[in-house]
Amino acid sequence: MAQTITEKILARAAGLDEVQPGQIIEAPVDLALANDITAPMAIAEFEKAGFEHVFDPAKIALVPDHFTPNKDVKSAGQAKILREFARKHAVVNYFEVGRMGIEHVLLPEQGLVSPGDVIVGADSHTCTYGAVGAFSTGVGSTDFAAAMAWGKVWLRVPESFRFVYSGTLPKYITGKDLVLHTIGLIGVDGALYQAMEFAGEAIAALSMDGRFTMCNMAIEAGAKSGVVAPDATTAAYLAGRARRPGVVFASDADAAYARTLEIDVAELQPTVAKPHLPANTAPAAALADTAIDQVVIGSCTNGRLEDLRQAAEILRGRRVHPNVRLIILPGTQQVCLDAAADGTMQALIEAGGAFSTPTCGPCLGGHMGVLAARERCVSTTNRNFVGRMGDVTSEVYLASPYVAAASAIAGHIATPEMVLSKGRAR
Amino acid sequence: MILEGTVHKFGRDVDTDVIIPARYLNTSDAAELGAHCMEDIDTEFVRRVQLGDIIVAAENFGCGSSREHAPVAIKAAGVSCVVAASFARIFYRNAINTGLPIVVCPQAAAAAQAGDRLRVDLAAGTVENVTRGTMYAAEPFPPFMQELIARGGLLPYVAAQLKESGARG
Ligand code: SF4
Repeated sequence: MAQTITEKILARAAGLDEVQPGQIIEAPVDLALANDITAPMAIAEFEKAGFEHVFDPAKIALVPDHFTPNKDVKSAGQAKILREFARKHAVVNYFEVGRMGIEHVLLPEQGLVSPGDVIVGADSHTCTYGAVGAFSTGVGSTDFAAAMAWGKVWLRVPESFRFVYSGTLPKYITGKDLVLHTIGLIGVDGALYQAMEFAGEAIAALSMDGRFTMCNMAIEAGAKSGVVAPDATTAAYLAGRARRPGVVFASDADAAYARTLEIDVAELQPTVAKPHLPANTAPAAALADTAIDQVVIGSCTNGRLEDLRQAAEILRGRRVHPNVRLIILPGTQQVCLDAAADGTMQALIEAGGAFSTPTCGPCLGGHMGVLAARERCVSTTNRNFVGRMGDVTSEVYLASPYVAAASAIAGHIATPEMVLSKGRAR
Repeated sequence: MILEGTVHKFGRDVDTDVIIPARYLNTSDAAELGAHCMEDIDTEFVRRVQLGDIIVAAENFGCGSSREHAPVAIKAAGVSCVVAASFARIFYRNAINTGLPIVVCPQAAAAAQAGDRLRVDLAAGTVENVTRGTMYAAEPFPPFMQELIARGGLLPYVAAQLKESGARG
């Protein structure tokens, strides 16, 4: 029977010839991950249940990225629980501050995710790794504790929702604009329980970093996973990086989908999601009267090198608006090094940006840029729920790095064209 | 198990950031989490809620982050059950794994108003609105999930699996 890429990955993992949507399977995991918020709860459950060993210390990743470098005494305690557990069980992929990064930027960069993998993570944005052609989904702490002990996960095989993007992406239109536009079309539960499969010529032309951004936000449409079938771009990214070769699958031409949506990207405009839902989208150009206090560029959605380079492309030789605080959060130490080596970091700092060490920080209202009452922020992160980045009366507008950088210069929501036409300051 | 309580009503897309804001996630302590339950959507919630009360919501309850702190906080606040038109998938898993009873029942969710008394019969799969004298059938759990619930959650299930395979961790 014809199968989608998601069905093929899950069938292979479960040792079956084929699977049907709705079927419940038990599948071995190639990687299970958690962070400094979700792992302490999982470790407590793991120990309470009386488990003594992890199933495989090489297939677990623990990444203290949310409240690190520790923002307060309590979060230091949470990070310590991770560290001690990692030592006790000789967890190979434990990443300490200084070698750390935001989990969903770090693990692909380190070559820990491969095509055809089944990955579960106690973090909702675990869906990011679908960009390399893996099945990857977010779970809770108890599921992670179970996976650590058992090496397996139970899964309900999702239906697939196929998105076919035709046309050529206009200048300054990125994977972020594509995925925000898509969520705007289908709503925050438009793909509930489903696998979002991204395909078409615009995806074929999209960089790996753009694909990570798109799969990252599948959860914001309620999806279980996002996936892009591996191609030459994937192979080039994985070469010399992936620690395991993986297994490359593609959907059959006559595979069954719950739904297919065709989207022409040729006329797409820079897109922003207004408060307080990622589906609340509007063209950035229509929001130019929205004055802002802060801009955040970073996160597991847009903290990769290409994202920082795009921001620097706009900010180089210009100045951040006097009323705006620009905070840049690179995804990993390697992103920092690369941004330093090619002048990106210098351009961003010279423009008046604060360049941080890797952390989730303000993305979840943790630290390093929490918003005060009624403050407004343009952010390249993925959620703009009530109170997400700070006070319950603060507002978050989600955007691409291009729009975020342009807005930082303008002092209000702006497109690149709106600030580029004014030339450079120096 | 039969649960009876007063309805606290919410709309659609109630996200985990309002159920338990991230500023409280520097702890895993259930009582501490429960004290801030629903704080960013209803500052009075923890003061009003009585032991056994029921949260009723529209579609996509629990969307957003994977934080298991969300069902833990709801339970610790004294809520006995959540009835919704639909649940976001990670929240749904987490509720089953942590033993927070959840019921998918769009009709009951739409009809119930704040202050109504609901009686939820988990075994029979029914939701009765005692105030309005109406009865609804809830969506049944798939057999595998019923087994998980019967065994007391995922970890007892896994422990049994490991024991059977002789490879207890
Ligand atoms: S960057 Fe934000 S969305 Fe991504 S893992 Fe960190 S807190 Fe979650």
